[in-house]
Amino acid sequence: MSVQVLNSFRTGPDERGQFGIFGGRYVAETLMPLVLDLEQAYNAARADPAFLGELTHLNAHYAGRPSPLYFAARMTAHLGGAKIYFKRDELNHTGSHKINNCLGQILLAQRMGKTRIIAETGAGQHGVAVATVCARFGLPCVVYMGATDVERQKPNVFRMKLLGAEVRPVTAGSGTLKDAMNEALRDWVTNVADTYYIIGTAAGPHPYPAMVRDFQSVIGNETREQMMAAEGRLPDVLIACLGGGSNAIGLFHPFLDDKSVTIYGVEAGGHGLDVENGHAASLTGGRPGVLHGNRTYLLQDDDGQILEGHSISAGLDYPGIGPEHAWLKESGRVNYVAVTDTEALDAFQLCTRIEGIIPALEPAHALAFVKKLAPTLSKDTLLVMNLCGRGDKDIFAVAEKLGMGM
Amino acid sequence: MTTRIDQRFADLKRQGRAGLVTFITAGDPDLATSSTILSRLAAAGADLIELGMPFSDPMAEGPPVQLSSQRALKAGMTLKKTLAMVRAFRAGDQATPIILMGYYNPVYSFGVERFLDAAKEAGVDGLIIVDCPPEHDDEVCLPAQAKGINFIRLATPTTDARRLPAVIAHTSGFVYYVSIAGVTGAKSAELASVETALARFRTATDLPICVGFGIRTPEQAAAFARVGDGVVVGSALVSAIRDSLDDNGQAGPLTVDAVLDLVSALAKGVRSARLLAAE
Repeated sequence: MSVQVLNSFRTGPDERGQFGIFGGRYVAETLMPLVLDLEQAYNAARADPAFLGELTHLNAHYAGRPSPLYFAARMTAHLGGAKIYFKRDELNHTGSHKINNCLGQILLAQRMGKTRIIAETGAGQHGVAVATVCARFGLPCVVYMGATDVERQKPNVFRMKLLGAEVRPVTAGSGTLKDAMNEALRDWVTNVADTYYIIGTAAGPHPYPAMVRDFQSVIGNETREQMMAAEGRLPDVLIACLGGGSNAIGLFHPFLDDKSVTIYGVEAGGHGLDVENGHAASLTGGRPGVLHGNRTYLLQDDDGQILEGHSISAGLDYPGIGPEHAWLKESGRVNYVAVTDTEALDAFQLCTRIEGIIPALEPAHALAFVKKLAPTLSKDTLLVMNLCGRGDKDIFAVAEKLGMGM
Repeated sequence: MTTRIDQRFADLKRQGRAGLVTFITAGDPDLATSSTILSRLAAAGADLIELGMPFSDPMAEGPPVQLSSQRALKAGMTLKKTLAMVRAFRAGDQATPIILMGYYNPVYSFGVERFLDAAKEAGVDGLIIVDCPPEHDDEVCLPAQAKGINFIRLATPTTDARRLPAVIAHTSGFVYYVSIAGVTGAKSAELASVETALARFRTATDLPICVGFGIRTPEQAAAFARVGDGVVVGSALVSAIRDSLDDNGQAGPLTVDAVLDLVSALAKGVRSARLLAAE
């Protein structure tokens, strides 16, 4: 793909909700008036200082923002190259970046007069964040979760229930994140009058990809300021993992027009990109298609049937990707790579041992790529990796993989 | 250009009755059984046939149609085979309109132009692409109509006065009124609310309007046939297929008749309800 000559990479989406050919509003007619209303409500909210002020206040006093930009000295010394910083979004309330988006959307739901919240979740991090804001704002909440994921993410299921959410296991299809999203869409189509759907990643019909990006951009905006304070200049390299891609777009977006910043998105390579249906790398191992309201890169077979994909990380195990990433790939602005389950597991252990931070398996993928890249860079290169979630939820799965009893 | 769909609704109007639109999924439970059912639907009383293109992620469908899609895919159904099935049907029936119904991705993956050419050549008369709304009409809807294939749009309970013009604008063949906010095969609509909605739509379009979602029995079909120009039944038919399968999920000796018997009963219901609408 050739690099397009653009004045800015930060102007999308267009009035059709598209980033180039990606994005859009591919939903059933029943939902069309709802997504059009949502777009209008979001446009009004983001221009309203009161809305933004309340969000900033909640981010500071409820979620604990700003999250630190931490210089990982031991990791830097260990890898022997670039200066490695972690953006510590795992320190947010609920343990991941997901709260950034949920606070924004619950304020919007309230503003729109909606009285019931639904969501989908894969690893359960988004589900926990939704259940949390619903408890905080006193709204009933239904979380759809693939039956397979309910089994492998029991601690998060229990958290959601404690927070008062109803967790509905989804057995349709393959019982994973994509099926949970189908089921949430079916709920929304059935409960059009009172229900607000909090999508957890920067995907789905317009305006979700742009809206979720905007709420997550707090990550990149903080990083910019913090790096200026720490080093007096912008970072040289940004790295984040991608499932649907919300933490990555949140870190990347504020830097897209800074040509000196090289950006990498790291996908879940599972058993390897050459293993059919053995990975969840939509951008590096899929092709364009239409699913869940947007055109984007998808894991699919020759007939256009969606594949389940595989990753050790339930949070990356999604056959699509946010449409803005699809566009950033084709425009050449962001480099997308994949690492395997095994590489992520190694990085998970390394981070735990030498930095005393148990990362979620999702950012462990980003770290696995840092391990490869950092040693090839000079010591004055400033590298930021988004440590977007903590690994408490993963210790059972990791124990099993490592053959360690608990 | 007059299509088979236009012709069929003109005939129905002359007969003074609504049409029965039957939905089955192509390749459910297997290609051979499904082809047999398809070839006999018209004789059993179907006036128009909606043939589902199986998809792994049918977002607007309830469990009966989801499962029917899964059965077809498991048995190896593809879009190419669906088109071949239509071609074989068309060789024996030049009059009954076939509408392919499904989701955008398999069509997009096949290539829209290539798909439309193949569909036209096979004898497809209309398309319903559930997740391709008017906002994306330039992608499938307009190219399909340029090739003489009707593009049938769904109108829903959320289609208010503000939305209706967009829904009607590029629709042809007929308007499909989704009588409930929900997925296929769920609750049933109230006749009164459907009547109100249809009256509103008829001020905006002269196209025939078919009513679907939640219509399962001959009695319901008869009731809705009094207000609509057509009645769509789908979930009940694919449920009849499911209920006829053996323990291994294979077609049994009663599978074909289970569907056709229900279609006959539904057709009797529809034909018993003379259209009250004045000419």
